[in-house]
Amino acid sequence: MNFWDKLMQIDRRVIFLFVVVAVTLPLFLDIPQKIIVSEEVERGFRELADLQPGAKVLIPCDYDPPSAPELQPMAVTAIKYCLDHNLRMIIMGLWPQGPQQANAAFETVLGHPVTDTISYNGKTLIYGRDWVNLGFQAGAELLIQRMGSSIPAAFPTDYRGTPIDDLPLMDGVQNFNNIDFVINISAGAPGIYEWVQFAVDRFGVKLFGGATAVQAPLVYPYFESGQLRGIMGGLKGAAEFETLVGEKGKATKFMLSQSFAHIIVIFFIVIGNVAYFASGGKRKKSE
Amino acid sequence: MKRRIPLAITAVVGIVYIFQYFVPHEPVSRFSDWFSDWFGIITAFAIWLGALNLMKLSLLKVSQRKKDWGYALVTIIGFATVMIVGLFFSRGASFQEPGTNFMYLYDNVYNPLSSTMFAILAFFVASASYRAFRARNKEATMLLLAAFFVMLGRVPVGDLITREWLSLPHWLWLSNWADWVMNIPNTAGQRAIMIGIALGIMSTSLRIILGIERTFISGE
Repeated sequence: MNFWDKLMQIDRRVIFLFVVVAVTLPLFLDIPQKIIVSEEVERGFRELADLQPGAKVLIPCDYDPPSAPELQPMAVTAIKYCLDHNLRMIIMGLWPQGPQQANAAFETVLGHPVTDTISYNGKTLIYGRDWVNLGFQAGAELLIQRMGSSIPAAFPTDYRGTPIDDLPLMDGVQNFNNIDFVINISAGAPGIYEWVQFAVDRFGVKLFGGATAVQAPLVYPYFESGQLRGIMGGLKGAAEFETLVGEKGKATKFMLSQSFAHIIVIFFIVIGNVAYFASGGKRKKSE
Repeated sequence: MKRRIPLAITAVVGIVYIFQYFVPHEPVSRFSDWFSDWFGIITAFAIWLGALNLMKLSLLKVSQRKKDWGYALVTIIGFATVMIVGLFFSRGASFQEPGTNFMYLYDNVYNPLSSTMFAILAFFVASASYRAFRARNKEATMLLLAAFFVMLGRVPVGDLITREWLSLPHWLWLSNWADWVMNIPNTAGQRAIMIGIALGIMSTSLRIILGIERTFISGE
């Protein structure tokens, strides 16, 4: 086995080790990075920024903890923006864990557990008046469709069993006509696809989507066609959103780890290709 | 009769759902709302069915000491623990409130375990990229180049290299190249796939509604 053959068969544990260093080392570094905001995040944010105080923003959190590193910063930033600008939030989830992730994001913004009455930047916010969490409901795309005709029918109670009629924020919220904007943070199905097909196309909802980096390329056609007002793709999209909101959160911090990890992956791809061509394009079984 | 009733239900529901999209008025909309509510109820039962089935299979595996029965035992213990804690020791309907025992398990067991499982993917992606991304032919080379531009252009270091270090003009910044890959070739490809899927769904749905496709009721 010559040198090039060895380069083509690097033990995967060596690659794993490089990835560990690439991901963890930047967590201890403080290198300033310039986040350039893409058009798809900028346009979505502008739509959000156009909302007047008191506007009702629906935030469906359709993800679970595995996708949280990418999506949780989006939820944190969205909630923070809504609180800062007096937008009233209606949180829900087509995924069972979504509303709990939203609560966790809320806690991150506040810095302490969420209670029914909270003080935030000199304001007193009350659960049921300034925000509600409707929780998870089964039904996926048909639930979205049901919300189009009647939100109280789709969600008779909030996540802890309070009848929706007892929540002042939900007064007059009959269907999507009474929702000013939707920020959907999604890790798969049901998620952005379903919200576009059943809420945007059918009921004309204004939708700003946040997706994992894996899912984002799949929904780009909806942005190009105008069905999505904006799209945040992966950690980079979250970092861009944070930049626009003026909040240097976890996404911005973790971009350094992602940069290093991508460099490592490209480094190994280049090594593999150089060795491949140097050895005459032989295809070797590596393991 | 065992087949005709499910086929009739499927046909009626399918036709109502098609009509309600174009005629969102009474009485079609009322039927559509009913069916949506029923679907939610059926889905909720399906969740229970899935959970009970998982328990049945896991219990059988443990009782018969089948291969890897230890994992099944962990599944049973995990299921029972979360269900008992959620139902009886977490303030009833407010079990998802911060500070409950259920949320303690969610935050300190479920959350880190599932995140860890997903994080392992990063290592396999790196290893698989090294082995798979080889410029063996024209198509593979294009894929390789697209991956290169997107991976570097989607992180700040890409612009740091092309903008700050090399001082290249705006159109040569890697973030612009990544955006171009995502917005033009990627969107074109995805659009073609989506149209193909939509046509496939439409034809399959029609076959199901008309009773031609019967595999969903274990037919031929």
